[in-house]
Amino acid sequence: MPFKSTVGDYQTVATLETFGFLPPMSQDEIYDQIAYIIAQGWSPLVEHVHPSRSMSTYWSYWKLPFFGEKDLGVIVSELEGCHRAYPDHHVRLVGYDAYTQSQGSCFVVFEAR
Amino acid sequence: MSKKYDAGVKEYRDTYWTPDYVPLDTDLLACFKVTGQEGVPKEEVAAAVAAESSTGTWSTVWSELLTDLDFYKGRCYRIEDVPGDKESFYAFIAYPLDLFEEGSITNVLTSLVGNVFGFKALRHLRLEDIRFPMAFIKTCPGPPNGICVERDRMNKYGRPLLGCTIKPKLGLSGKNYGRVVYECLRGGLDFTKDDENINSQPFQRWQNRFEFVAEAVQLAQEETGEKKGHYLNCTAATPEEMYERAEFAKELGQPIIMHDYITGGFTANTGLSKWCRKNGMLLHIHRAMHAVIDRHPKHGIHFRVLAKCLRLSGGDQLHTGTVVGKLEGDRQTTLGFIDQLRESFVPEDRSRGNFFDQDWGSMPGVFAVASGGIHVWHMPALVAIFGDDSVLQFGGGTHGHPWGSAAGAAANRVALEACVKARNAGREIEKESRDILMEAAKHSPELAIALETWKEIKFEFDTVDKLDVN
Repeated sequence: MPFKSTVGDYQTVATLETFGFLPPMSQDEIYDQIAYIIAQGWSPLVEHVHPSRSMSTYWSYWKLPFFGEKDLGVIVSELEGCHRAYPDHHVRLVGYDAYTQSQGSCFVVFEAR
Repeated sequence: MSKKYDAGVKEYRDTYWTPDYVPLDTDLLACFKVTGQEGVPKEEVAAAVAAESSTGTWSTVWSELLTDLDFYKGRCYRIEDVPGDKESFYAFIAYPLDLFEEGSITNVLTSLVGNVFGFKALRHLRLEDIRFPMAFIKTCPGPPNGICVERDRMNKYGRPLLGCTIKPKLGLSGKNYGRVVYECLRGGLDFTKDDENINSQPFQRWQNRFEFVAEAVQLAQEETGEKKGHYLNCTAATPEEMYERAEFAKELGQPIIMHDYITGGFTANTGLSKWCRKNGMLLHIHRAMHAVIDRHPKHGIHFRVLAKCLRLSGGDQLHTGTVVGKLEGDRQTTLGFIDQLRESFVPEDRSRGNFFDQDWGSMPGVFAVASGGIHVWHMPALVAIFGDDSVLQFGGGTHGHPWGSAAGAAANRVALEACVKARNAGREIEKESRDILMEAAKHSPELAIALETWKEIKFEFDTVDKLDVN
């Protein structure tokens, strides 16, 4: 009788930090996360980078941080604008917290094509 | 006006019980839970505690008249009943700042929890809380880096960090040990950890461990594209050996080292913390021996005091218990002292066990580490209790996965991210924990198997040390 193992093989995956282990988010799910950033009083910020440089500390800003922006639609269109301009780059959304000088939220919205 | 010398045993009450005293902003304030011997008046016992932990001795001595002890004596300025406890009471004592050497936690504890704890007029004594004055805090080095710097170095944002202690905790060779580190990190953890009792034993000398671990960290980092680290335990028999290990960790390009601050001692800890600041290394702090000191509700030192002392002495991460796992700690009390680690101001709040307003000024925060007997089913509660500025560590809950440590790590990472995503989307993650985890498991066979493996394991024992509330 052939031996049948119940042990699976775990393959290492290359990921882009927070939410890297979840399936790609739907548009509604992304809206929820943007709404969270706005509700926390953080400033939305869009950054992008070529995949070859994804581990570097500094990704390029898309324009400037959108200080005080509360309109979800504006953030969505900026994310899309960045993705259109840099289709071969990863694009991430940051919720920048000026009080802690840290990022309350940060996740990749568009992976490079 | 000068005083006259009058030899003999004097009642402490006359000198050290001062109910009219208004504490100064610069005073160090302490709250003790006192259980005196039967028949001894509260004021006398409380005054004795103030005396024995500051300038007093059992007899009047002529040499006290060479100075003016009003500048140096501790004063008991308030006595309060302990709710629901007839035999004990709280004594609030104010200590003038000049009683303590600048920046020395060792010196503060030597006074406050020194001889007085063996005092015969007391049956039990417990130091419940200390209000450190800003004037003292500004003389302490504090965390070598703090939460903000650690997040920037490790590139981890918007979620708790995820770690795991390497198991079995003792007995692996250096190469085997590095293998387990590699498996965990490639599976999606941010950190792995030396167990506290791994120092440099015959089966695995520290140098050998450090080298294999460094290779594992580097490899996992390259393969996953994420920043990784392993807490290299530098706790050693002597400070010289401790620094030698720290230097080697730095030489290997490692981001973080580790120290056991109670068994190692506050002097060693403060020294190592200063070294970390100078050398750009993160510092993880373990707390072996704490339960000996902090678990009895009437005797010893409450952990909130030990946590405050660690923040002053220095560390970037400190173990705090898990609330939900195998180790002691109730929810409100834990929330009370994790505030002391992370916030810049913590108000008095008896429902969380905080007896004083505590202003931390500009001192950086410390990550709260939840570790011990936790698994994926606990994830929603852990995220709700500890929030983002924490490190959640699953030992058995990683290595115990039927597919091994890498799959266990991935299961935990998926569960963590699902909880954070759900929380951000406004869901009540503790109430909806089952739904959130089951939904996430649809996309992750590793998580589905983990949920199946640990579905029956709970640690539901009552806590021994509870808050004193009616």
